[in-house]
Amino acid sequence: MSLRLPKGGRLIDRDKRVVFSFNGKRLTGFAGDTLASALMGSGQRIMGRSFKYHRPRGVVASGVEEPNALVNLGKGKTHEPNQRATTTEIFQGLQATSQNHWPSLSWDIGEVNALIPRFLPAGFYYKTFIHPRPFWKHVFEPFIRQSAGLGKAPDPKLQDPDRYEQFYAHTDLVIAGGGIAGLQAALEAGRSGAQVILCEQSAHWGGRAPVDGVEIEGQPAEVWIKNAVDTLEKMENIHLRLRCMVAGVYDHGYVLAYERVSDHAPQDDVVRHRLWRIRSRHVIAATGALERPLSFAGNDKPGVMLASAVRDHVVNYGSAPGERVVIVTNNDDAYRTALVLAEAGLTVPCVVDARARAEGALPKAVRARGIRVLAGMGISNIKGLRGVVAAQLCRQDGAGEVIEDVICDAVAMSGGWSPVVHLWSHCGGKLLWEKENSFFRPDPDKPPTDQNGEGFVICAGAANGALHAGQTLEDALNSTRKSLQDLNMPVSDQAFLKVSVPEEEKLEPVWIMPAKAGPKKRAKMWLDFQNDVKVSDVQLAAREGYESVEHTKRYTTLGMATDQGKLSNINGLAVLAGALGAEIPQVGTTTFRPPYAPISMGAIAGEARGALFQPLRRTPIQGWHEDNGAHFEPVGYWRRPYCFPRKGESHRDAVNREILAVRNGVGLLDASTLGKIIVKGPDAGRFLDMLYTNVMSSLKPGKCRYGLMCSENGFLMDDGVVARLDEETFLVHTTTGGADRIHAHMEDWLQCEWWDWKVYTANVTEAFAQIAVVGPKARALLNKIGADIDLSKEALPFMGWAEGRIGGFDARVFRISFSGELSFEIAVPASQGRAFWDKLLEAGAEFGATPYGTEALHVMRAEKGFIMIGDETDGTVIPQDLGLDWAISKKKDDYLGKRAQERSHMADPERWKLVGLETLDGSVLPDGSYALDEGVNENGQGNTQGRVTSTYFSPTLGRGIAMGLVRHGPDRMGEVIAFNTTKPAAKGAAPKTIKARIVSPVFYDPEGEKQNV
Amino acid sequence: MLTFRCPYCGIDACETELAPGGEAHLKRFGPGSADADFEAYLFLRHNAKGVHFERWRHAMGCGKWFLAARCTATLEVFGTYPAQTPEPPQDIVAAIRAKRPDWSLS
Repeated sequence: MSLRLPKGGRLIDRDKRVVFSFNGKRLTGFAGDTLASALMGSGQRIMGRSFKYHRPRGVVASGVEEPNALVNLGKGKTHEPNQRATTTEIFQGLQATSQNHWPSLSWDIGEVNALIPRFLPAGFYYKTFIHPRPFWKHVFEPFIRQSAGLGKAPDPKLQDPDRYEQFYAHTDLVIAGGGIAGLQAALEAGRSGAQVILCEQSAHWGGRAPVDGVEIEGQPAEVWIKNAVDTLEKMENIHLRLRCMVAGVYDHGYVLAYERVSDHAPQDDVVRHRLWRIRSRHVIAATGALERPLSFAGNDKPGVMLASAVRDHVVNYGSAPGERVVIVTNNDDAYRTALVLAEAGLTVPCVVDARARAEGALPKAVRARGIRVLAGMGISNIKGLRGVVAAQLCRQDGAGEVIEDVICDAVAMSGGWSPVVHLWSHCGGKLLWEKENSFFRPDPDKPPTDQNGEGFVICAGAANGALHAGQTLEDALNSTRKSLQDLNMPVSDQAFLKVSVPEEEKLEPVWIMPAKAGPKKRAKMWLDFQNDVKVSDVQLAAREGYESVEHTKRYTTLGMATDQGKLSNINGLAVLAGALGAEIPQVGTTTFRPPYAPISMGAIAGEARGALFQPLRRTPIQGWHEDNGAHFEPVGYWRRPYCFPRKGESHRDAVNREILAVRNGVGLLDASTLGKIIVKGPDAGRFLDMLYTNVMSSLKPGKCRYGLMCSENGFLMDDGVVARLDEETFLVHTTTGGADRIHAHMEDWLQCEWWDWKVYTANVTEAFAQIAVVGPKARALLNKIGADIDLSKEALPFMGWAEGRIGGFDARVFRISFSGELSFEIAVPASQGRAFWDKLLEAGAEFGATPYGTEALHVMRAEKGFIMIGDETDGTVIPQDLGLDWAISKKKDDYLGKRAQERSHMADPERWKLVGLETLDGSVLPDGSYALDEGVNENGQGNTQGRVTSTYFSPTLGRGIAMGLVRHGPDRMGEVIAFNTTKPAAKGAAPKTIKARIVSPVFYDPEGEKQNV
Repeated sequence: MLTFRCPYCGIDACETELAPGGEAHLKRFGPGSADADFEAYLFLRHNAKGVHFERWRHAMGCGKWFLAARCTATLEVFGTYPAQTPEPPQDIVAAIRAKRPDWSLS
């Protein structure tokens, strides 16, 4: 049974009790505990269940590498799954629940999966896809869906109430890891004057040196660590961050660090997580090393832990996984755990050492305490159902014949250590296999490189392969000096610190225990604890031809769990290499990708959610729209009124009312979002002639002209009205969504192709409010508020513009119409937009002046057969498709898109062309419908001969109208064709279609008499 | 997340400030050009693994277009220069040669 020791625990405060709950049960821990240590101290051994077999699992590690002890934290709005108990600091009222079990943690029905593992071998899912076919749909999929997934996703209806933020920083150095190597690096860098951000992922400085009994300069490591942190805190160029994990290293020195600001002490008004977005000249990865499990039968049972994790829990928290702990190892380091346990008054029945001899200083010290050391031995099996009852010992070089049963309630295992090379590898650093120590370490000749082609990440200490404390500090100092020299910064001449630790003898690689274990045993040796991948699965993958580690990973799911293979990768790789008869470096590693450990989606989003998700652009009249119940639709970053429904009125009714008001009286449209770009200079006309398909240079000042813009590929990209303000100046109107894009398009051509042309552009979209006064009574309204401009047809005809004062406002008035009615678009300075709108509304009351929205605008333009960019165009449509040949100059030698439109496909008479469509029954054609044709294509699908591009109910005509592109359409006026619909047909009957007649796209006032008055 | 030094404002600009513009030093073919030339201008790109000349705009900064020589494999940047440059300038070519002796401007 796991337990809390009567004394000890350097990180806990036994005077401060902390009450928390696990699966609704009230438990008590101490301030400083992690959830794992508190649960362990409360006798709670099973903390979760595995993914595939739902096997009971206890904590195995003591940090971010933990694969088993994943819990749901919080509830309701703060519920969060898959939180590692080992990195969760407890606080008063913490609520945790175990996950991946049903009906209860101690008795899980999915456990039967474990009884039939031969039905769930590696690649099980893939095999079920193949045969027998119906089984996947009816048997496997429902079963897998039911049992898949770790934890419970938060309720999508609930909003995370916590706040998250992002910080930006530029610095010389980021040091990842605040163990003794990271502190040594920071001290040296601090002396050089470098700007440093030192990040430690846990809540404590110093890493594992204090746990391992390291002495530095004749003092316990803890003393040196405290002094080092004190010194660093006094340095202005050093920024210390605890609970801050360097999550990823990216191109050109970009670093993401994830700071858990208040997870350990949640309170209102304090951000929960902070994401640091850092540009650093160099990164020092002092990220330490992770211990590897050993692969023996039953190594996944609750109570089997990493030797270092047992040591951490005893020394740091005074928690132990059991009272009788067998230690199994292939190296000297695990003997430290035996010493720690003995010191704490716990029993170590024996140390099982797979090596033939164990004669180093640490084994000797263990023997001296009267603990049995069994060399050349291994574990054949772990007895126990939901915990450990006994370890059955065998010869390591045999097949697992049991020599002795050792009664115990926990096992501490150590298969050696792997440097944490993730940050080195994220951006392309290469690794070397160091055979002597059986680990991958950074290849100093192949670092990740920055924009100058120079290495910018360096590993320091254990992360660089310098595992033993003596080497660690020396390596850290050397690495830091190398980094500082690369940065042209001074280095100190300080001598290496004296570190005293016992000498360690070499480890012996042990990938399977015992070496000649048969298939039954290999099917109980876990590699990936979370995803239930065993030695037998990797060997099966190898037999089935998966020779690449990347393929084996995906086939078996080895290393694909939330711990991303931190414990399992090297062991899995070695087993695969063994099965393939290859060397480990030949098999290679999988790719390390950021983040190093999971980070919250909240931190990634930062403040960008809700109203701050994206910037909103507001017209000067936006406030009026909001106050008057506008229904908005997004158009780019704008929110434009779709319509202004009155009380009790549907959107559809509102749109119809607005249209009829415009057609019969006068309407007001906030057209301020329309793009407005000034194009000025001696070559402005020449430039616009290249941009537009028609001629703009011949436009006279005081006049407007409609134009089309195409991409160099020939496709229509924008349209709008150009007004010539004076000899050298044009005002280009673009679509609402197109202003920024078209301005960038202009700048591209001006800067990169025609840079000798004298043209200047300015996007003045937001400098003006623009209001369209539209309808037969428009002129009467404007005359009522008074203008010093002659607004008569003769003085200001259609497609003319004039400048002056209207209603006391500085105004530019354009006689342009997108509705087919008499229309004045009036631009006033943005600051006067709202006042001008209010004045028009007030004065317009007697004319029934009606604000209208974008839907009315769209319907009215469709009634007139005017195209809309984005409806009639989709990036594959050329102006010729839309019958706009009149707007394409035949005289110009060149314009953007001209050459492209000469290509054979563009001139193909089979291209679908714009027509109007009228349903025979007057209904509205479904948007996006296809015009059906006879026959089927090579895939057996029905042929098509056109499609609907715009479709509306026209209140003016009292019927549905549509525009569409139809093959030979303009030549087929009057012909009736069928369109598909998604309306369900009776069973067995042919799919329903809607019949429509091909007509002119101009449904309303084809002569243009109404706008030309 | 790349950084480029904008040759106009001198700022080391992060990718988030920049807009990409594809391969640099393309020769425009307009009306009257042969189909093959026009196709090459519009569609055919070197797509080099290695040294690449490309267009970037300091869109969220000074708004200027500039050109960059960059290794697409290692992301090393050999230099940036104004967009109004018909071919890679000598100093850029020299900088590339210094790092990639086998490379030639083709």
